[in-house]
Amino acid sequence: MLVLVELDEHGVAPGSLEALAWAHPIARELGEPLHAAVFASGTIPPAAPGDPLVDLSLRAELARHEVSTVHTITHPELADYSPERWGESLAQLIAGLRPTAVVAAGTERGTETMAQAAARADLPLAVNCTELERSGAPGAEGPDGPDGRSWRLARIRQGGMLLEDAELTAPIAIVTLAPGAAESTAAPNAAAEPADVPEMQSDVPAVAVERFEPEFGDRFVASRLVGRTTRDGGVSLATARVVVSGGRGVGSADGFGPLEELAKLTGGAVGCSRVVTNNGWRPHSDQVGQTGTKVNPDLYIACGISGATQHWVGCMSSKAILAINTDPDAPMVKRATYAVIGDVADIVPAVVDEIHRRAQ
Amino acid sequence: MQVLVCVKRVPASGGTPQLTDDGVRVDTRNLAFTVGPHEECAVEEAISLVATHGGAVTVLSVGPAEAEEQLRYAISMGADRGVLVDSGADELDPQATASALTAAIRQLESEGGPFDLIMFGNESPDAGNYQVGIRVACALGRAIVGGVKGITIDDDAGTATLHRGVADGVEAYEVTLPAAVAVKEGLNLPRYPSMRGRLRARKAELAEFRARIGTPGTPDTEGGPGAGEPVELVVHRGGLRKLRLRRPAETQSETVLLGHGSEAAPAVVDILEELDVV
Ligand SMILES: Cc1cc2nc3c(=O)[nH]c(=O)nc-3n(C[C@H](O)[C@H](O)[C@H](O)COP(=O)(O)OP(=O)(O)OC[C@H]3O[C@@H](n4cnc5c(N)ncnc54)[C@H](O)[C@@H]3O)c2cc1C
Repeated sequence: MLVLVELDEHGVAPGSLEALAWAHPIARELGEPLHAAVFASGTIPPAAPGDPLVDLSLRAELARHEVSTVHTITHPELADYSPERWGESLAQLIAGLRPTAVVAAGTERGTETMAQAAARADLPLAVNCTELERSGAPGAEGPDGPDGRSWRLARIRQGGMLLEDAELTAPIAIVTLAPGAAESTAAPNAAAEPADVPEMQSDVPAVAVERFEPEFGDRFVASRLVGRTTRDGGVSLATARVVVSGGRGVGSADGFGPLEELAKLTGGAVGCSRVVTNNGWRPHSDQVGQTGTKVNPDLYIACGISGATQHWVGCMSSKAILAINTDPDAPMVKRATYAVIGDVADIVPAVVDEIHRRAQ
Repeated sequence: MQVLVCVKRVPASGGTPQLTDDGVRVDTRNLAFTVGPHEECAVEEAISLVATHGGAVTVLSVGPAEAEEQLRYAISMGADRGVLVDSGADELDPQATASALTAAIRQLESEGGPFDLIMFGNESPDAGNYQVGIRVACALGRAIVGGVKGITIDDDAGTATLHRGVADGVEAYEVTLPAAVAVKEGLNLPRYPSMRGRLRARKAELAEFRARIGTPGTPDTEGGPGAGEPVELVVHRGGLRKLRLRRPAETQSETVLLGHGSEAAPAVVDILEELDVV
């Protein structure tokens, strides 16, 4: 079983930690070793020529998840991310390894790479899965059957409003894990292993490293990454602890003034509903929901937002929700942790005043 | 430039989806239908690209015969023509959808030359398989970038620059045309159809293909369009099969009413203090 592991500046990216934790019991159930694939471009500098993955802390991290082998994918053309090249590389790796299943985190890059790989390998792909298991009698449909093995899975649909039970029949199952569907814990029986990297230096973790170099033909068609700008400062909607979000009930672009002030006072970010972006009151980057950003703050303050399901799926992971609405029967009010009934134009400024008053 | 936009007919509802008794699909008897927000932006973008660079916009849908409604809506916005691949009432799996679209595009391109840009929504709002556009682009041997919220065309260079938001900023990609793109809402603000657009859409002739589930190894198109019959496209089923839908368990808890109007402000600030954010 192979897990596509994405890396960030701290090591294994959070989504990939979830994917490893999710894949581990499935691999054990199947009695198969867990392999990882990483793109060795960018994040990990090869310290010594010939050793593609020398980062010991990363090896230790993978060892804690009982990864037995890591395949580092390297190629001069992979210095930058490219959907087609990443997908083709993964497809070639899969063709050589013939794993039972390939799992990746359902991040944008994870999903895009897996879709490219599945398309190139002409294999089905199930995205945003929450459950996966082999179905049918063991051995009844071996890997050499006409359509391969069969699996039962559950995946999320409509941004999380519905779950779909599905059957996947494929020689190799290619799936992505729905974000947040698994806890990212180290494999239980490996948890006791020391996490201290320096101490392990003499005793390199037992993860075999295999370099994999894909081949791209001369006329390989790919999009080229030509620029990258990083947002400077500001609280990002996706990671804010407090989100002050406004809907149609805020009434206008100017109506967001008090919401912005409340966000500033709480170190939070401003969000909004689709009605608001459609009216041009806020930029689309502020939109929360199925076609906007999914947020998971400690507190989501929904001001004049009805709570349509497409909005709800974007904020339902919040630890607590405070609904401010004139309508006590609005779905957002019914589902919220706390509610204040009344006009946003009165309530939000009063909250801002109260914060100032207590600060004195 | 020739631009093709692929759209899907999906139910539109802000409420909790009701399921049919057998739990296999969403009960759509009382629902209106629409194209997804991503795809509405794709149609809008195609229309404005063609307004700037010249050319024509074709919209293509694989779906039930009723998807005609979504094609006509796109035409009322300003698309030039609509093409329907009638695949019957049941939703196809993503590989089958991609194979139907690919076959239709090959057929259209054999008649009218290549589309410079093929546009998709990043994912459909209902099934959300995140792969149809990528499969079609791969089958046609074209580059595709997903999650795109900005498109600039360089006519002289024959390239497009595609911008997409990532966790910590924005990435720009360059593709050589012909190419494909999967876009997201936020790309633009789609226009409302004009009265004239609606009239034109009502009278527009739609081209029609018929999808037939075939066996691997048979040609993608079969039979001539003779005798007024739609051209038949042979479509291959993929390995993912929907069994049933269900609603995720929701933890229902009582809402704590903090009060009415501005008098509730102290109770709100108490909560903020508890969270240690003020
Ligand atoms: C495929 C699809 C995807 C979608 N994706 C998204 C998405 O990502 N995000 C999203 O938000 N929507 C999305 N929508 C739209 C969604 O269905 C709703 O239309 C939208 O969320 C409604 O926004 P709203 O709550 O601001 O407006 P409304 O539903 O009109 O609600 C306004 C609320 O404000 C209250 N109110 C009015 N005046 C006041 C006042 N003065 N003080 C206090 N309260 C007041 C009203 O009681 C009401 O509850 C999507 C729809 C579709 C079909």
